[in-house]
Amino acid sequence: MPGRRHAIRGAGLLVSVALTVLGLLLVTFLIGRVVPIDPVIAVVGDRVSADTYARVRQELGLDLPLWQQFLRYVGDVLQGDFGTSVLTSRPVLEDILRVFPATLELATAALVVGVLLGIPAGVMAAVHRGRWPDHLIRVIGLIGHSIPIFWLGLMALLVFYARLDWAPGPGRVDVFYEGLVDPVTGIITADALLAGESDVFWNALHHLVLPAGILGLYSVAYIARMTRSFMLDQLRQEYITTARVKGMSEARVIWRHALGNIAVPLTTVVALSYASLLEGSVLTETVFAWPGLGLYITNSLLSADMNAVLGGTLVVGAVFIGLNLLSDLLYRLLDPRAR
Amino acid sequence: MNTLARRLAGAALLSAGLSFGLAATPVLADTPKDTLVMAWQFDDIVTLDPGEIFELSGAEYGAQVYDRLIRFDVNDVSKIHGQVAESWTVSDDGKTFTFTIRDGITFHSGNPLTAEDVAYSLQRAVKMNKGPAFILTQFGLTPENVDQKVRATNPRTLVFETDKTYAPTFVLYCLTADVSGVVDSKLVKSKEVNGDFGAAFLKANSAGSGPFVLRQWKASELLSLEANANYWGGAPAVKRVLIRHIAEPATQRLLLEKGDVDVARNLKPEQFEPLRGNDKIRIVQAPKGTLYYFGLNQKNEVLAKPDVRKAFKYAVDYDGMAKTIMNGLGTVHQAFLPKGFLGALEENPYTYDPAKAKELLKQAGYPDGITVTMDVRNTSPSMDMAQAIQGSAAAAGIKINLLPADGKQVVTKYRARNHEALLYQWGADYQDPNTNADTFAANPDNADDAKAKPLSWRNAWDIPELTKKTAAAVEERDTAKRAAMYQELQREVLETSPFVIMFQQTEVIAERSNVEGLVWGPSFDSNYYWKVSKK
Repeated sequence: MPGRRHAIRGAGLLVSVALTVLGLLLVTFLIGRVVPIDPVIAVVGDRVSADTYARVRQELGLDLPLWQQFLRYVGDVLQGDFGTSVLTSRPVLEDILRVFPATLELATAALVVGVLLGIPAGVMAAVHRGRWPDHLIRVIGLIGHSIPIFWLGLMALLVFYARLDWAPGPGRVDVFYEGLVDPVTGIITADALLAGESDVFWNALHHLVLPAGILGLYSVAYIARMTRSFMLDQLRQEYITTARVKGMSEARVIWRHALGNIAVPLTTVVALSYASLLEGSVLTETVFAWPGLGLYITNSLLSADMNAVLGGTLVVGAVFIGLNLLSDLLYRLLDPRAR
Repeated sequence: MNTLARRLAGAALLSAGLSFGLAATPVLADTPKDTLVMAWQFDDIVTLDPGEIFELSGAEYGAQVYDRLIRFDVNDVSKIHGQVAESWTVSDDGKTFTFTIRDGITFHSGNPLTAEDVAYSLQRAVKMNKGPAFILTQFGLTPENVDQKVRATNPRTLVFETDKTYAPTFVLYCLTADVSGVVDSKLVKSKEVNGDFGAAFLKANSAGSGPFVLRQWKASELLSLEANANYWGGAPAVKRVLIRHIAEPATQRLLLEKGDVDVARNLKPEQFEPLRGNDKIRIVQAPKGTLYYFGLNQKNEVLAKPDVRKAFKYAVDYDGMAKTIMNGLGTVHQAFLPKGFLGALEENPYTYDPAKAKELLKQAGYPDGITVTMDVRNTSPSMDMAQAIQGSAAAAGIKINLLPADGKQVVTKYRARNHEALLYQWGADYQDPNTNADTFAANPDNADDAKAKPLSWRNAWDIPELTKKTAAAVEERDTAKRAAMYQELQREVLETSPFVIMFQQTEVIAERSNVEGLVWGPSFDSNYYWKVSKK
């Protein structure tokens, strides 16, 4: 009964996702409690009166035993209540909904760069294995992967913004365009199009090029490397030889047959690098004053705003789990053997 | 997948074309003349409600949007002048202050500003009892009695009563603080939800009468102000002020050099030093009310010896640090009242003298020197200072082991009195000398479970005599005498305390040279944008 098998497998998947999420909750919760920072001080500041201190401590539930605090925390989170951020004094969930689209926009643009450059580069490297294109691509990949993105970002600003004037400065739009379009999706390019503000759209796109390029370079290295090794695997196969013997053009052999066959594992690679772009944008966001999730978590961490840190961590974790799940499902969908 | 290659090629072409197209479009440089654009780290702002603001950046915001009853002169702090108040009198017993409110002031909403609004604003702050409320409640005001003690007797007269006789300057300086910002009582009352005094509304909206109106605030992102064209003191010359949160100082510098911002607020020496030769940029330095110091825990029997305490004061290379790591960030200042306060002592009796420090340690019974740990927050310039002290103290026979940690972590340890030495900073809460005397020179109860935890308590420095003197200074009605009392207190603290106060913080502001009229006062709530203009 294939239907039943699917149901069991689906249930198993759900349980494993639920357990992963619970584990994530426990770890983030414990980290929040282990740091030697008085959470009351984080909320009310250092110069608070003794009465207020005691009141806030009770309000935060810090007088309860640890396991009760955890249960309370899980209960709140399940109801969508991540608590209130100390820093912005607004519900953490609201904050995250506000900042996450910025990160999504940046990471998606970076992924586009990563895929458009990474896959062809990987293919080229595999085809010209051991010759100069392969070495060149490896060096570029090495640079993208090993130079601190923080430094790279500042240098890119210095060269393309300050010296050459090709790119606009940090931020999502020029400061004068700020607040001109109402946030509907929170993705400013999309919002500008929805509002029919083409000026804002082009400005926002302008602003996206440099940070997305820098961040994308980071994933180019990974995608190109993986593509190269998948392709090498394929090019060794007999069907490739057969195709060549049949007189098929080399381009067709490589781009259609070999690349077509690695589409499935590549999906996983792309999904994983998307996840790592979403969480790895912290430093890019700092350099480019990009008000996204990474910047939000960093700010919160620096001011010991634990609700916000935990909420942000949970979202990143959930996205990671979600993308993994998605690539799993895609894998099954695309690869007949996995069905 | 047979179209994948074609799609890829197409997309690659498209993206290449797009980026060339973008590159060819010139980028807008220079900000418009009617707009002031500022890059600033304002992520400490948690609220825009004057009854709740207790952060430096928030205080600066309040000063642009709200008028206060009275203010002090930024160039001569000893002069207090009326703002919303036209004049005031103090009763013979010193307990009743009567203010006459200026006629003809209107709020941004168009409502006239009356004594009722002032009374409501002060009552509201006391009843909400948030961070800054103690600045008012220290005069015996409580949520129960404030309606009687602070009241409007007619639309132009406000009466403010204290529980005891205090130095009038103490009361007046406290009323210059942000917490006395006047809110539009009609508007705020109309926004009240569940008896919150409109707090939910004022957190992110403005209801003031000042030169600027809040247009938009996005936490850690953007703060946008619009000029109040009907400001009673005269409309600002610019139409709007846009403040952008830029976390990275190097990015701030790029924006400033490029002319995309007019003012950069958080440059470090490595960013602003190279700009000094740039004729398009002006570097302004304003001393602020924050002191950098380290404290020695008196629970530690070695550190409790007077000669050891004094040895530390000779073990710091004040001038060396001032010329290097503190260059532009602070000036040597050893007394507990910063420059800009009534009675501030500008003597710096200690210099780096390792031989003398060794001699003092020998007298205390440690001819071979001592070893201590020092807690320090892991940010600049605290870390740099701690390392410099470690170096200079080693030559003076004091071996220091540094324990760097996050700021909140250091404070947690400090409040538990678990440190040996601890380097931190202290910022004044309001512009009266009592704000610092009360923490460096008063410790009403040295018990572990004491209610008040001033810096003296945190270092377990038990000082009943000084505590009495500090209390007396707050009640002295003769201003000259009062100033002299604080000078005496400062000298005593310099001589005997477990505090090694080293520097007074300087705020460094980098402005484009076409910007004029920004006022950088001795506190963040006396930084004013009102008169700013751009050539």
